[in-house]
Amino acid sequence: MASNEDIQKDLEAREYDAGFVTDIESDTIAPGLNEDVIRQISAIKQEPEWMLEWRLSAYRHWLTMEEPTWAAVDYKPTDYQSISYYSAPKSDKDAPESLDEIDPKLIETYEKLGIPLREQKMLAGIKGSNVAVDAVFDSVSVATTFKKKLTEAGVIFCPISEAIREHPELVKQYLGSVVPPQDNFFAALNCAVFTDGSFVYIPKGVRCPMELSTYFRINALNTGQFERTLIIADEGAYVSYLEGCTAPQRDENQLHAAIVELVALDDAEIKYATVQNWYPGDENGVGGIYNFVTKRADCRGDRSKVSWTQVETGSAITWKYPSCILRGDYSRGEFYSVAVTTQCQQADTGTKMIHLGKNTSSTIISKGISAGRAQQSYRGLVRMGIGAENARNYTQCDSLLLGDQCGAHTFPYVEVKNPTATLEHEATTSKIGEDQLFYCQQRGLSEEDAVNMIVNGFCKDVFDVLPMEFAVEANRLMEVSLEGSVG
Amino acid sequence: MLEIKDLHASVDGKKILKGLNLTINAGEVHAIMGPNGAGKSTLSNVIAGRDGYEITSGTVTYKGDDLLAMSPEERAWSGVFLAFQYPVEIPGVNNTYLLKAGVNAKRKHQGLDELDAFDFMGIIKEKAKLVELDPSFLSRSVNEGFSGGEKKRNEIFQMAVLEPSLALLDETDSGLDIDALRIVAGGVNKLRSADRAIVMITHYQRLLDYIEPDFVHVLANGRILKTGDKSLALELEEHGYDWVKETL
Repeated sequence: MASNEDIQKDLEAREYDAGFVTDIESDTIAPGLNEDVIRQISAIKQEPEWMLEWRLSAYRHWLTMEEPTWAAVDYKPTDYQSISYYSAPKSDKDAPESLDEIDPKLIETYEKLGIPLREQKMLAGIKGSNVAVDAVFDSVSVATTFKKKLTEAGVIFCPISEAIREHPELVKQYLGSVVPPQDNFFAALNCAVFTDGSFVYIPKGVRCPMELSTYFRINALNTGQFERTLIIADEGAYVSYLEGCTAPQRDENQLHAAIVELVALDDAEIKYATVQNWYPGDENGVGGIYNFVTKRADCRGDRSKVSWTQVETGSAITWKYPSCILRGDYSRGEFYSVAVTTQCQQADTGTKMIHLGKNTSSTIISKGISAGRAQQSYRGLVRMGIGAENARNYTQCDSLLLGDQCGAHTFPYVEVKNPTATLEHEATTSKIGEDQLFYCQQRGLSEEDAVNMIVNGFCKDVFDVLPMEFAVEANRLMEVSLEGSVG
Repeated sequence: MLEIKDLHASVDGKKILKGLNLTINAGEVHAIMGPNGAGKSTLSNVIAGRDGYEITSGTVTYKGDDLLAMSPEERAWSGVFLAFQYPVEIPGVNNTYLLKAGVNAKRKHQGLDELDAFDFMGIIKEKAKLVELDPSFLSRSVNEGFSGGEKKRNEIFQMAVLEPSLALLDETDSGLDIDALRIVAGGVNKLRSADRAIVMITHYQRLLDYIEPDFVHVLANGRILKTGDKSLALELEEHGYDWVKETL
């Protein structure tokens, strides 16, 4: 039987299969950040004056802020003047009217990633598939599918740059209302320079007729990706949204500083699922994406509900805490997360559940798997505000270690200002047991199959709540991550 | 089927097996008895291929092959089964799913088609009856939250499904109440066959009231000190292990 050292050695040899580069002509703004660059981005996006002003004020605020250092991650600081803040495939200069006008190379890129952009192909190719896709390539959205069907239902699903032009009243009302520009260093930067992302509005009482999905791809060298997603579920609306991310294999670190804002009004429900597979860097920790993301949901309405579900295997450094502000009475927040860190990856991640309304409830299930020399921290905050009568939280936080050079850390923060609130916290840290491996092998499984089976079992609570379309992908991703884990 | 010659094995430098000889033929049922620390569990772990045991000398030949050169899963594929003394819990892994993976890995090795879920369910429902295992256990996580008796029953159920040539039962009777012991023993008896060898490792004679062995061996101080028929077990019960040492 191979020892844990063998497993670890082989884990380090895993391959990143989304690491190819698409050879495509791009329009890229020269590296550097100043007010002119922001004006240039705003002009390219044909934005109204108010949007430019909003960006500039965020930028001016950002200049007064300092990069946070409290997270348990160690990395080379980013030189913000060496990054290009805008890159777009050249052929996409005039927004494509239909998929036929999209550069075939782009379509090919997405197909390589397993994301079909052609609607007829999606209908024909995947049994039972019913997903509308928005694809963001570097700084622009290149395709949004199933627009007609969504429009008939009254659903708006479009690139956010288009929403700023076409639906300014909605954007003005909600943009920055969950994550204000002053929120944190990376949020302020994103507000100043965000280039694209998805916008979703589900009108009152509408159940979105299909899953919505956005795929983010960083292709160009030395560019940052600063996407911005805004999802609004009006009273009684329901939407399930999937987000996927990949990037080419490069020796340079690349910055990804995104913002996702979710707003759920009375009786609305938003399910937000992420499969994040940004390039993690090589076995020596060279290259990889810095994933510094602010994701927050505002359960603004009574009985509203938001769930974050994520499977994360990528990025060199992760700094993100998808959160819920439970403002409405009886509102509910959920966070289900599986994070795999191998090689030299570092992740400081978790969630915040801010209970403000009466009878609010939240559930946190976090599963962290560390291998190689990776370091992973769970950082979670549960705050019971003064008005959070009878609020309830359940937190379960489990870590699984493969090998003896990796680390798992837990930083749970709890603040309770209302005596009627109930909190439960369970945490475990375990090593993948040689007993468990031997038991599976004695029943006839190879060691590699045994590791996969035990890890999948460990993650079951989270995999069970993934949308069907993503469950398959998540399983595949986990297998790739743990591939070659035995010799 | 299995021939162990002059086997010496250590754990962390400590000598446990010191020249053990044992021959087991198809169709036979052997009982290995002995005091705590005699090396009984070491013997079963060495045969199954568990990590952490150093074989310093001796040979183990199984069906004509060098067993010690095979990985644990290769041993499983060629019919070695160990019913664990302490079956481990594997949270989130479905009992049926693990067994199906095991059975199909074995079939693949034998050049047979893999069983589909439908055929497999048919087989395991039948086998579950053998040890009166409630069908709800099939869809639960492996051993998670099972009582001691349920774990042992699950082991014999897995044995029934995997149909081994050589089954090692490591203290399968410990932790069982009388009713559970009768059920488990009944299951084992139904699994006796001319082409299968069963080796029971136990402290107590009472198991042998239910499963009648062809041979009883006394293992002490890393060696087989005495071999006899089932009457040896009764003598042991009466006189204790020291009696064997004294008679030598």
